[in-house]
Amino acid sequence: MTPSLEPISELKLEGITKRFPGVLACDGISLQVRRGEVLALVGENGAGKTTLMNIIMGLYRPDSGTIHVNGEEVHFHSPGDAYARGIGMVHQHFMLVPNMTVAENLALGLKELHHFMNLDIKGAAKRIREVSERYELPVNPDAYIWQLSVGEQQRVELVKTLCLGARLLILDEPTSALTPQETDDLIVRLQRMASELAIIFISHKLNEVKALSDRVSILRHGAVVFNGQTANHEPSELAALMTGHDVVLPRNEGSGIQGEPLLSVQNLCVRGDRGNLVLDGLSLELRAGEVLGMAGVSGNGQREFADALAGLRPVESGQILFGGKDLANRTPREIIHAGMGYVPEDRQTEGIVPSFSVKDNLILKDFAEPRFSKMAFLRKKEIDSNAEVLKERFDIRCPSTSTATGSLSGGNIQKVILAREISRGPKALVAVYPTRGIDMGAQEFIHEQLLARRREGIGILLISEELEEVMNLSDRIAVIYKGKILKVLPAVEATRERLGILMAGLADPDSPGDAQAEVPAGAAHE
Amino acid sequence: MNRNKVLYSGAIILAVTLIAALLVALVLFSIGASPLATYKTILTGPLSDLFGVTEVLVRSVPLMLVALGIAISFRSGILNIGAEGQIQMGVIASTAMALAMPHAPKAILLPAALMAGALAGAVWGGIAGWLKAKLQVNEILSTVMLNYIAAQVYTFLLRGPMLDPNELETGSGTPQSMRLPELAFLDTLVPGTRIHMGLILALVAALLVWMLLWKTTLGYRMRTAGAGAKAARYAGIPVERYLIVAMLMAGGFAGLAGAVEVSGVHHRAIEGISSGYGFAGIVVALFGALHPGGIVPSAVFFGILLIGADMTQRSASVPANMVLVLQGVIILSIVSAQSFLRNPYAQERFFRWFGRFSSSARKAGKGVQS
Ligand SMILES: Nc1ncnc2c1ncn2[C@@H]1O[C@H](COP(=O)(O)OP(=O)(O)O)[C@@H](O)[C@H]1O
Ligand SMILES: [Mg+2]
Repeated sequence: MTPSLEPISELKLEGITKRFPGVLACDGISLQVRRGEVLALVGENGAGKTTLMNIIMGLYRPDSGTIHVNGEEVHFHSPGDAYARGIGMVHQHFMLVPNMTVAENLALGLKELHHFMNLDIKGAAKRIREVSERYELPVNPDAYIWQLSVGEQQRVELVKTLCLGARLLILDEPTSALTPQETDDLIVRLQRMASELAIIFISHKLNEVKALSDRVSILRHGAVVFNGQTANHEPSELAALMTGHDVVLPRNEGSGIQGEPLLSVQNLCVRGDRGNLVLDGLSLELRAGEVLGMAGVSGNGQREFADALAGLRPVESGQILFGGKDLANRTPREIIHAGMGYVPEDRQTEGIVPSFSVKDNLILKDFAEPRFSKMAFLRKKEIDSNAEVLKERFDIRCPSTSTATGSLSGGNIQKVILAREISRGPKALVAVYPTRGIDMGAQEFIHEQLLARRREGIGILLISEELEEVMNLSDRIAVIYKGKILKVLPAVEATRERLGILMAGLADPDSPGDAQAEVPAGAAHE
Repeated sequence: MNRNKVLYSGAIILAVTLIAALLVALVLFSIGASPLATYKTILTGPLSDLFGVTEVLVRSVPLMLVALGIAISFRSGILNIGAEGQIQMGVIASTAMALAMPHAPKAILLPAALMAGALAGAVWGGIAGWLKAKLQVNEILSTVMLNYIAAQVYTFLLRGPMLDPNELETGSGTPQSMRLPELAFLDTLVPGTRIHMGLILALVAALLVWMLLWKTTLGYRMRTAGAGAKAARYAGIPVERYLIVAMLMAGGFAGLAGAVEVSGVHHRAIEGISSGYGFAGIVVALFGALHPGGIVPSAVFFGILLIGADMTQRSASVPANMVLVLQGVIILSIVSAQSFLRNPYAQERFFRWFGRFSSSARKAGKGVQS
């Protein structure tokens, strides 16, 4: 690391334009940040945020426009050049080597620790301790990356960037993979750090933007459409500017149809990856035509529950009754055929095959059905037309249905998955964290889709940790805590505070003494 | 958009090939050979007459068959390094089958011999597939170990139970089997050369593999298991089953390659019959982008290299083993090229450079016109 010439006090971009084959990713963008200031950069997926930041870091070169640091024009050719002037970035996807320790990861990037035949790991650890104390970012230099939670890895990235000498931090969607609790924690830490640093904070979650930033710039289709002081503007106003239209996240208006019981889970016991009992007698009932929200702090058995429902984790004891059949310990194939739809937690690896085209991913569960195959041969025409129809109906934004699905944005990948699951006409749909890290426009669309399916009589189990989402969409809300359902309550009776208390495993303040009670199956709430 | 991708991939592959050629040139230079003369001999020598061309094709047949199997296994997410052993098993089984019924009509004998070879290869490959599917045994380890076992079994059989009785009598003791009955031979395509019907067989096989992988539901399942095992499981595809299927097929193709070598070229089991086709087939498959449409030309290209290397050994006294060096360098180049192909930043840099280059070229062109 070459020492910074002088601490960075101002970064100024003027007229930055960047064109990729077929896309204008940045269209004459001008921005400015100073020390002691947090600039929020918001915009939907594909607005050009990451491209702009990669230009600052010297990963891409702009077609036109200038970058000034402390009033002096700079031309960065690599991230090393940017770090030399005190600019560092934490990328959307972490750049850490999982089977190395925190200190080793830092040493990878710090040339001055590389001596002939000797790598100064102790020096790296010392540097990490200094920085983590100074900025109150606790990390253990000797921990292996794979042992750390996503939130901890995020802290490691921050410490690494600071150790490399960055005093202007670019954080590209740092909260998109974090749980709400980890997000709150990160924001508090960033607030404390902000006085000494300059921060560019990228997000499309406006409550985070409100909580952290001094100023906000909104990007749409590569151009800055708004600049202003965060304090003077309401989130709804910013959301409208970001998407180009008023955003009203749809709500479950509760038409009151009470369907038949559809899925009944009884005393389910399931072991986790480490062999401990993660689900410990979980019971739950889902009815046709309702959205049952499952709220809880993640890590309380949601993942294992979803896996067991999909047939991918052995059930120790208990039953999963669905349409009169017990699906516990059945194969995924049998469960799919029974009419269960599934939107998995990790859309990149569980929901799609990233290298496959959109049209191939749309038939992932049905390629062997007579609709798409004849005598063991795939019917190309049907597959193509199916993809075109679903692309239209689910507003999947892709250059063509032959594009590799993994190259789409998170929101569009989720639309591909949803399109596939819904078009199969399932009786029940399990959606696990369906809008995690997805921009508002896509979120709005996905919520509308879920509610429309509910009106058609599909039973939807919505596993989420976003209270907003659970409260907006659900008819009833089940709170999961340590592998058990602590309480099921009608959504109209749920408040943020009450759910928060339940999710922490405390007794329900509004109905003391019945923490274990289920709402009786017939009890309508509307 | 797509045209740009093709342009970029093409440029990278060209650059990588040049770098590989340069690296090998360095090695050639260091052993005192003239790189230019050597390359000239390797690339033009084999194609200078009809006999050379047919010999190239003779070499490309087993390479093609092995590489097709490798492509199936790699596409299905299992790395088959065991083609060498699977070839040997195929050689043994097809030889034994042909020798066991010397009086059968050709219409039965030839297919039976080829099938026996394919089956034996499939079993040998299937073992590794089964170990991986049921016991999570790393397939690279198991296939390499199975290679050793196959080599020992092969040596034992050729020197013992399958040794040609004539060899014992005349006393030369060359470890080889009896000559196959002529009815078990693959017909020669061009009289006076060694090129045989196996070439047609391999080309048909390439077409079938392409159809299998991209046109059938079975191929879809296998590619899904290979490209996204987790997603495949969520979609109800039993991934482990297709690992076994893939290894059965990969082994089957290698075994068939062995059988074709026996009944098309050598007409008996001899020592060293696979002559490294099992490993070269991996290079051929990778160089052909794991796609039958790429594997066919790639197999011919490596056929040229093999024959060319023989020629340089004779003319320029460069050891034929240089082809192994070339193969190694090509594998390394392909692997490094892939990291370039996937790097968006490198891609952007290339287009910036290319854009500047083509716009200045356009300007220069206009200057000439006006
Ligand atoms: N390397 C690239 N090649 C071609 N197009 C790209 C490349 N990187 C980004 N894009 C395109 O540029 C636009 C902006 O993308 P990006 O900066 O990633 O958006 P954001 O970070 O705001 O979601 C998108 O349309 C995207 O498809
Ligand atoms: Mg981005």
